[in-house]
This record gives sequence, structure tokens and C-alpha cells, in this order.
Amino acid sequence: MDALSIKALKKRYGSGLEALKGITLDVKEGEFFGLLGPNGAGKTTTIGIITSLVTKTEGTIRVFGIDIDEDFSAAKRLIGVVPQEFNFSIFEKVEDIVCQQAGYYGIGRDQAQASCEKYLRQLGLWEKRRTTARELSGGMKRRLMIARGLVHEPELLILDEPTAGVDVELRRGMWDFLEKLNQKGRTIILTTHYLEEAEQLCSRIAIIADGRIIENSTKRELLKKLDRETFVFDVKANNLQIAPLEQVSFTPLDDTTLEVTITKGRSLNLVFEHLGRQGIEVDSLRNKTNRLEEIFMGMVE
Amino acid sequence: MIPESLICLYTISRRETTRIFRIWVQTLVPPVITMTLYFIVFGSFIGSQLSGIKGFEYMAFIAPGLIMMSIITNSYTNTVSSFFSTKFQKNIEEMLVSPTPNWVIVLGFVSGGVIRGLSVGLLVSLVSLIFIRLPLHSFVYTALFAFLTSFVFSLAGMINGIFAQKFDDISIIPTFVITPLTYLGGVFYSISLLPDFWQMISKANPIIYMIDGFRFGFLGIADMRVTTGLGMLLIFAVVLFSINLYLLKKGTGIRT
Repeated sequence: MDALSIKALKKRYGSGLEALKGITLDVKEGEFFGLLGPNGAGKTTTIGIITSLVTKTEGTIRVFGIDIDEDFSAAKRLIGVVPQEFNFSIFEKVEDIVCQQAGYYGIGRDQAQASCEKYLRQLGLWEKRRTTARELSGGMKRRLMIARGLVHEPELLILDEPTAGVDVELRRGMWDFLEKLNQKGRTIILTTHYLEEAEQLCSRIAIIADGRIIENSTKRELLKKLDRETFVFDVKANNLQIAPLEQVSFTPLDDTTLEVTITKGRSLNLVFEHLGRQGIEVDSLRNKTNRLEEIFMGMVE
Repeated sequence: MIPESLICLYTISRRETTRIFRIWVQTLVPPVITMTLYFIVFGSFIGSQLSGIKGFEYMAFIAPGLIMMSIITNSYTNTVSSFFSTKFQKNIEEMLVSPTPNWVIVLGFVSGGVIRGLSVGLLVSLVSLIFIRLPLHSFVYTALFAFLTSFVFSLAGMINGIFAQKFDDISIIPTFVITPLTYLGGVFYSISLLPDFWQMISKANPIIYMIDGFRFGFLGIADMRVTTGLGMLLIFAVVLFSINLYLLKKGTGIRT
């Protein structure tokens, strides 16, 4: 069954701005789905419509088969949302924010508190439960919103740029958390600006630009479209003026670092030999984690 | 098994109440201080120089009006500021994304207004007892007028909160509409003392019926028919509740 099925969704604002120009999208149950796109492409509008914060102009949305026009309440019970911007009262305590959210879903106090404890512990916020939200760090605020989005145990979790402004270590921790949630059977939809994040987490990716879906396929299929790969070399050399090599481009980043882009199918050995001939020794190399970024930039530009 | 909508209502109501008592220095203390000053200045200092009205000391005559004035102001202010700040901080979205029905959202916020209005009313009543022995002619009328007035002004405050787009918008109606109507609503005088023309004008002011009915509950005297006041309050309650429901359904100020 599709966890989410969007058909010909359009949104025209009063100002005349057409934010969505007919989006059709299916997310299968259990999928980890990535929705990528530049700022203003329509990602947040789409999520807004699914969660009732934005009213649609045209189109249909079904959540686990339930049409939101027929029974939005039933659909809402199945959705948990973690928005892009902080949208809790900064004067309230962490546990109050989470427990109240359960209350809005009609969950009794005891069950709400148990669920609140479960997620605050999992997200490392239990010690902060009596702290008012304004005293939390940025990363903690993000995790608070994740706990709040999960407290009613939704089948479908929608996260709108959940790791924006979160440091690397914490981001990895959040990835682990989300991967585990998905492995336990929750469908997850994620929008992100960090393409590395989408590459790490999502099994299927859609790209939205200017209110339209311009790509929708599995991550594997998408990465196949990539015809180039970029590496970063740490090198020892007196001079990084490198003679050209066919189907390879060299960009020195500083005196000891070189970015090398190779067309797929070209051997790395050729590159090493070419550099060796010019007295450049390669100490180490790493794959630049921007594979999706390259595809993405190619598509939206 | 408790119905889900009752749990939602309890949740919003609990949140509103927590807010009132968390910021009690802003919500409960100022009206008590203001009203104490009214009692001292108008009741003790000036009132002692005046002859009574309809057989009651001036202080006893104005006390119900002052209590009602604080109920009106605080009920209205509570919903308008709480709803606006919930909108401003965007945590209204917490309710909107949930299955909480609109009527529950309205009743939830209004319950906060009523709790604050009646709490302040009770505190001001207690303060008045320092200055005067206030009779209680009919508890039922007193309670009915206090509750319904608080309910109606909480609903009105919520409408203001829904339309408000900036902080200035939450104080315009209280300053330019409610305060003048309350002062001219018979808090300090009986309208039977006014010339006929001004009596007629005064009768167009709905607040006069509320204060008059509430005063009847305490003192057993009234300028108008008390049932007219009750009927008006019920009509206001139904109309304002419906307007709130309509605005939430339409998404005014909260959905794009």
C-alpha cells in the first residue's frame, strides 16, 4: 500500500504565485523517501498541504488510502511532522511540549507521559525534560521537535530539513535514529539540503524544482545517471601546475590538495601515472561525497 | 473511556491555565492592584462624601461593577494575547496538524479566558471585602452573569486574536472599545440618574446589562430586566462562538 499518494497537486496563493504546478508522487509503505529541491521549489508547501497548514488549490492526497478531503482527522492520526522552523512555545518545558502534543491527538495523560519518556530518552533529552525550550541548544530544539512528532506513534513521519544547523556528530546520531525508526517499519519522508544526507538515508528520491517533480527514482538508478566521479587527493609536490589529461580535470584546492574529476570508466591508475610523471606523489585520497549534488545541480540548473 | 475530544480540550485548557499561573505577575496581580486603588480612591475617599444610590452605600454600589470590569478585561485580554502569542510563536501548528476539532480549539482557549476572568473576579471580590460588607442577594444570578460575561468576552478576545497580525492589534479593541463601554456601562452610576436621552443611548451598550445583572446578584437592585441581560449574553455567546468556528474553519490568519 502507498503510505502517501499525491495526484496532480496544485497550489496557487492569493498573490497569484503558483507554488505547486501539479505534483504527482507516491511513497510506498516502509520507504525512506527523500524530497530534494532548491529553496522555494515547493517542498515545504507540499508538506504544509499534507499536514493541513496550507490549503490546496487542486489535486488529491491519500494517506494510507485515506483521502484527506474525506477524513482529514483519520489521516492526521497517521502523520507525524517535524517542521523546518521551530514552532513550539519557547516558554514551555520540554516534557510539557511533548505531552501536550499527545493530548492533541486524544492520547490520555498516562500513555502520553510514557510515550514522551520513551522518545525523550531515545533522543537524549530526558535529562532536559524540565528545561524550558528557550534554554535548549539548536540541536536539542531539533530533537525536541522529532520527539514531539513521534509521540503519537505515527505510521508516516515527515521531516522538513531536520538537520539544518546541526553539527556533524549530532547529525550522524540523528541519522542512526531515523534509520532505526525506518527499519522498525515507519515510513519516512525527508526533505534536506544536505545531499549527503539523502544519499546516506533515502532509498527513493524525488527532486522538485519550480513546483514540479523533475525526477523520481530509486537512489541506485539516480546514481547510475552520474557519469563523473570526484576525488580529493592529498599530494606532495613542488608545483601543482598539471599537464592536461583527457577526460580528467584537476583543480588544486591548496598547495597539497587536489580535486580530481574523472569520467566514469577511466582508470585511476592512469591518473596516478600521469601525476607520477610530473613528480607529484599521492599520499592519500578520498571520495568527495557529492555524488548526488552533482546530479542535483545538473538537473535544477 | 474518555472521549478523545475531551482529552484534547483538557490539554488545551491545562496549557492555558498553566500559562496564567506561570505569568501570574502579569495576569493576576495587576488587576488586583488596579481595583484596590479604585476601591480606595472612589470607594473610600470620594464615596464617603457621596450619598448612597438606591439605598446602598456608594462603595457597595460600585463594587459589583468593578469586579465585573476586571472580569471583562481579563477574560478578553487572556484569549487575545494567548491566541496571538500561540500564532506568533507558530505553536498553533501543534494543534492544527493534530485531529483536534475546531470547536475544541475555541473552547480550549476560551476556558483559559474564563479561568483567568473568574480568578481575577474572585480575587477582586475578596479585596472588596476589606473595604465593605457586600451582600449576596442571589448566588445563581451572580455566578451566571460572571460566567456568561467571561465566556462572551473570551470569545470576543479570540476573534481579535485570530485577526491580529502584530502586537499593536491586540490592544486596539480593549483600549478604544471595551474600556469606554465599561466606564459608560454603569460601573460608577445608576443609569436611572441620567437624563432620558442619555439613558436611551446607554441602553445600546451591551455591557450595561451585564454589570446591571451582576449587581442584581449581589444587591438585588437593577435598572433593567435581568432576564434581558441573560438573554443577550446567550445570544452573544452563540453568535461569537459561531464566528470563531467559521474563522478557524476558513483558516483566517492561521492557514495559507
